Amino acid sequence: MTTVEYQGAGAGRTAAVTSAVWSALGTVRDPELDEPLTDLGFVSRAEVNPAGRAVVRLRLPTYFCAPNFAFLMVADAYDAVSAVAGVTETDVALDDHFAAAAINRGVAARAGFVASFEGEAVDELDALRADFVRKAVLAGTDRVCRALLANGVERERLPGLTLGDAPEGADRERLRARRRELSLPADDGDPLLVDPVTGAAVRPEQLARHLGLARLTRTSQEANSGVCRGMLHARYPHIDTREGEG
Amino acid sequence: MYTKDGEKYFVVDGHTHFWDASPENWVPGQEEYAKGWIECFHAYQGLGPADTHWPLDRFQKYSEELMMHDLFEVGHVDVAIFQPTNLRQWYTNGFNTTEANAALSEKHPGKFRVNTYFDPREGDAGMRAFEERVKRYGCKGVKLYTAEWRGDSRGWSLKDPEAAKYLEKCEELGVKNIHVHKGPTIWPLDKDAFDVSDIDYVATNFQGLNFIVEHVGLPRIEDFCFMATQERNVYAGLAVVVGGLMHARPKFFAKVMGELMFWLGEDKLIFGADYAIWEPRWQVEGFVDWQMPKDEELSDFAPLTVTQKKKILGLNAARLYDIEVPADLRLDEAPVVEPVGVPGP
Repeated sequence: MTTVEYQGAGAGRTAAVTSAVWSALGTVRDPELDEPLTDLGFVSRAEVNPAGRAVVRLRLPTYFCAPNFAFLMVADAYDAVSAVAGVTETDVALDDHFAAAAINRGVAARAGFVASFEGEAVDELDALRADFVRKAVLAGTDRVCRALLANGVERERLPGLTLGDAPEGADRERLRARRRELSLPADDGDPLLVDPVTGAAVRPEQLARHLGLARLTRTSQEANSGVCRGMLHARYPHIDTREGEG
Repeated sequence: MYTKDGEKYFVVDGHTHFWDASPENWVPGQEEYAKGWIECFHAYQGLGPADTHWPLDRFQKYSEELMMHDLFEVGHVDVAIFQPTNLRQWYTNGFNTTEANAALSEKHPGKFRVNTYFDPREGDAGMRAFEERVKRYGCKGVKLYTAEWRGDSRGWSLKDPEAAKYLEKCEELGVKNIHVHKGPTIWPLDKDAFDVSDIDYVATNFQGLNFIVEHVGLPRIEDFCFMATQERNVYAGLAVVVGGLMHARPKFFAKVMGELMFWLGEDKLIFGADYAIWEPRWQVEGFVDWQMPKDEELSDFAPLTVTQKKKILGLNAARLYDIEVPADLRLDEAPVVEPVGVPGP
């Protein structure tokens, strides 16, 4: 009886750690699409054994998805999973990809991108990542501005508004989080519209161009997400990926 | 030609292929890549209507008869432009070469235009061979795949000084249409492989050439559109946009078409079915039937007119390639329309 109770408690702990691993993976984003790997269907397996060894397998929409972004996702997943309390050993790997061997070896060795792709890369991926967070800021700007306009706010007033004036909710907090990542102004009292590179407030004469770029960037990001989801489904027909709008 | 509701559309398919990706053509030791490439293409086909999906073996290698049927008998295509993708590192006889395309073209006079390629990594010998191909096949265009692997190289950039020599040769030979196709690898790998700034650079330097960016720079539509507003000689190839989005993601298709009309305008958009990834028939018929939905999110975008669709489906490409359009299929007058766009800072 005692033994059974002990095993039951152990199984409970393992289930809790497994659940925490899935939650951790939910914080890892595809840097291009700005969506969690778990929503995109990119996590094919995440398990933890009673000893705390976490095994995670990732899959992507195509065999030839860009290796730099693939590396970021595997490395970020490794960092997120290894930080989960109760995980004693982390095994994260990408399947079915032309550069899987180099990526998996490099991430497991904590080697960085340049060392993982010797001779093929000259720098780490921080600048690439930041470029795509800036795109996420623009796309997020379109989301919150559309909500404001739908609420009857006049377009010309947008440069005078603050982030706190945007409707409360997930879109605003997502935009705030991306701005924070880039060290851009992100408090409620900061301008609603900022240049994603300099952080300077957008001036009225820049409004049309800024909103045009924001809409375009969101369209691009969402169209890419649609293509990626469709390709993943065509590649792995048995999986049930959550469908985005459109 | 396609006729609908009394309107006649002259159809130029600006992006077609005759490929061989059958296992017999895989280079020993490179099978993984050859297989991965064609399976990736096959997955793209999955974004089209289910009744147009092919089994993988047919998709790997299809017959001349099937291609002629799909394009010209039922696909409404008047003229198709071959865009080669060599990939000789993975496929013994190449994946989709100028030579294979030209052989098919010769059997069917007037149906095709044969584009070739250049690769600045091929040096002086490559330059001579390029000139020979252009003269032999009467090429008016090239298709450049900058992510192509060659030895240890994972790709090249149009900014490379060697590329400029080839573009000068294009000007000299009258090869005025430069189709650029971005892929997932370049050197160095830490940069964004889909970045279009190299096209911006050469479009500025070579004003006499037209640069047609295939699949509208997807996955970088935003960078592409913004670049295109600043360059008069940059065009959008609609391969993948129509095939990959119109059926599978109609709302995003509407948004992307809206953005393309907004930033580039109706004279800069070039239809391409991207056969054999997608058959032209459903794309041509679907595009003629398609209209911008009346949706709040799409309220910035105007409906497409019949004239605009005629330009996009064929008349724009006919202009770039000097293709004779029968008198009854031309527009009464063809004013060049400026994109709406947004002026720079």
